[in-house]
Amino acid sequence: MVEPIVAGWLPGTVASATRMTPHGRILELQVPSWPGNLPGQHLDLRLTAEDGYQAVRSYSVASFGAGTSIELAVEEVADGEVSPYLVDDVQPGDQLEVRGPIGNYFVWRDSQTDPVQLIAGGSGSVPLVSIARAHQRSKSTTGCRFIYSVRTPADALYADELMGLVSSTFTLDWVYTRQAPPESPRKPGRIDRSIIETTAFTPAEKPMVYVCGPTSFVEAVAGILVDLGHDPMRIKTERFGGV
Amino acid sequence: MGVFSRGFGDRRRESDPKLPPGQYLTEDFPVLSAGPTPRVDTADWSFTIVTEDGTKKSWSWADMMALPIDEIGTDIHCVTRWSKLGTHWRGVSLDHFFTDISTSDQYTMAHSYGGYTTNVPLEDLLGGKSWIAFEFEGAPLDPEHGGPARLLVPHLYFWKSAKWVNGITMHANDDPGFWEQNGYNLYGDPWKEQRYW
Repeated sequence: MVEPIVAGWLPGTVASATRMTPHGRILELQVPSWPGNLPGQHLDLRLTAEDGYQAVRSYSVASFGAGTSIELAVEEVADGEVSPYLVDDVQPGDQLEVRGPIGNYFVWRDSQTDPVQLIAGGSGSVPLVSIARAHQRSKSTTGCRFIYSVRTPADALYADELMGLVSSTFTLDWVYTRQAPPESPRKPGRIDRSIIETTAFTPAEKPMVYVCGPTSFVEAVAGILVDLGHDPMRIKTERFGGV
Repeated sequence: MGVFSRGFGDRRRESDPKLPPGQYLTEDFPVLSAGPTPRVDTADWSFTIVTEDGTKKSWSWADMMALPIDEIGTDIHCVTRWSKLGTHWRGVSLDHFFTDISTSDQYTMAHSYGGYTTNVPLEDLLGGKSWIAFEFEGAPLDPEHGGPARLLVPHLYFWKSAKWVNGITMHANDDPGFWEQNGYNLYGDPWKEQRYW
């Protein structure tokens, strides 16, 4: 499997840009010299203005494995500089550069045999979708469970694809913080101990847990997991934003 | 041949000579941690330096508070590309911890509650360049940001400023710590953009 290599900046072209949510788009980039990536890794993306001005941001990769096509899902950050360009402006054929893949810790390898617990808040779903896809592809017989917290059903990236993965070895549970669909078993609200207790693998099942989302979400979820008895060394976190 | 991103640059931010290359300013205080935030009470806290012959010297929270405390004003730079300028901290210089330490090793490994490690050359810790910091902007350091106490090595990328620090072991070689084994640079100078392997 691919090991992380961080070469120099690699030129890429936007192959497609698809709006998935009111504030988010999925971008497919064609990067001829991309070395491939493990599920869960991220990359740096560099934009250069015509006068030479540059800006760089990190994004998780939704795709995995070998291949020169990279899928990113970008959610617009209020007051952002790069994300509004990627969500509103960039078009197929536009050029940019990437560097990566980066990170060797928040990854899932198909040699792992433990149950996989994924817990996402908002656009923190992107690296976890990558892991869910890879887990599915691996035909692993151990289970994978995904808890996905979003503001409203319309804000869910990859909703249809994830629902299509549901099987005897893959469960998907939604947490809606602002507005839930009528069929939802729970009223809107933040993720809490009872949701995790009733839908996640138990500590006794020794899952490897991946939590990704805004800092406050990850802090809350990781704290609950530790309280429930999960081994802190088996909880991998990735946070974005401040507290 | 340059690569240009059509139409990019309208929302650009002002540049600042205090920003290292590839960094952007944030007013926020983002968090980069690999796992859950450990909760450590100052009553249980201790900090231990272990040298090559196995000699250990430890400080309790009260021991640390009895050492001279510095007010530190500094810029901080995270490898994930945010920088904060003009942050204020209180802490104790590592020079005071190393006063009576006898070692000929040139490298250190900082250890944290929660099991994380990061390697820093000894010369980067001494000479008023690093602290054990326990206050940020006039308040006790939040657990999310490494409280009750973190290493503060502001001239290197901020992952070197180990959160929840509880000790330093001396090393003869510059062995990689946790983040350094997982893709990040062995040294991490933000002005040379030493981010990754």
